[in-house]
Amino acid sequence: MSGFRAAVITFPGSNCDRDMAVAIEQVCGGEVLRVWHGDAELPERLDFIALPGGFSYGDYLRSGAMAARSPIMRAVVAAAARGVSVLGVCNGFQVLTEAGLLPGALMRNAGLRFVCRTVPLEVVNTQSLFTAGYRAGQRITIPVAHQDGAYYADAATLDRLEGEGRVAFRYGEAVNGSARDIAGVLSDAGNVLGMMPHPERMIEPAHGGSDGRAMFESVVRGLVGESV
Amino acid sequence: MTHKIRVHVSLKPGVLDPQGRAIQHAIAGLGFAGVSDVRAGRLFEMEVDAGVTDAALDDMARQLLANMVIENYRIERVQ
Repeated sequence: MSGFRAAVITFPGSNCDRDMAVAIEQVCGGEVLRVWHGDAELPERLDFIALPGGFSYGDYLRSGAMAARSPIMRAVVAAAARGVSVLGVCNGFQVLTEAGLLPGALMRNAGLRFVCRTVPLEVVNTQSLFTAGYRAGQRITIPVAHQDGAYYADAATLDRLEGEGRVAFRYGEAVNGSARDIAGVLSDAGNVLGMMPHPERMIEPAHGGSDGRAMFESVVRGLVGESV
Repeated sequence: MTHKIRVHVSLKPGVLDPQGRAIQHAIAGLGFAGVSDVRAGRLFEMEVDAGVTDAALDDMARQLLANMVIENYRIERVQ
């Protein structure tokens, strides 16, 4: 067992929190703690925080907007500022942008439809904590399931993200109308990643593929230096 | 004594609005001619105490009602 210590946050309406916890347990080992949105404090000595997919607060107002203002998110913002690694998947990505931890916003899909299918992704940055286990330019397949996944930021922000290597993943085909096909974005300091595709749904062959596994392996290697 | 406040939230110019476009197409499909653009927004109607300042309303809009990355807002005090 590694000394890895992770937390998965559950909001009312989260529905991928258990999958996320299982993926972290199976790939990273260590301890995975479940944290409720109404908690004001996170467990101590966390290496990693995951915000799961789902429909927090019924997507009221805007997807992720209410969750971003919940008590636990103040603690998550503070932890991210201290350098704790934070992954937001799908609704978790929406929460991270609404909380201001990542730039841009996630808007209604260009086709207006809920998109639920496995899509090709290009790993754009393989130097980050989350993606070091992938090869440069590697094409992977990961499922998406969202209605508000069109990434938007103004042109200057997009240029900056691309120039600073903060685009982690790009869609390999038209999926949702995201600006410059961006599927995943890193924070300035590199310790926060938001992505619409679900790596936790691709960690073993029984899932139809295991391309998401390298993300969790990258994180645990980067944070505790252990091979898994 | 409370006052009625309306906060109008709309997409910033240049931000694509696929919902607005779909509504525009539906309007044309109903046979209404001459509608060249539709942008969908949100309207919040609130009852607030007389002591709530414009600055506080502004903060509410910025922190929650609008996402300043993609939206603008306008606050209207209804007489």
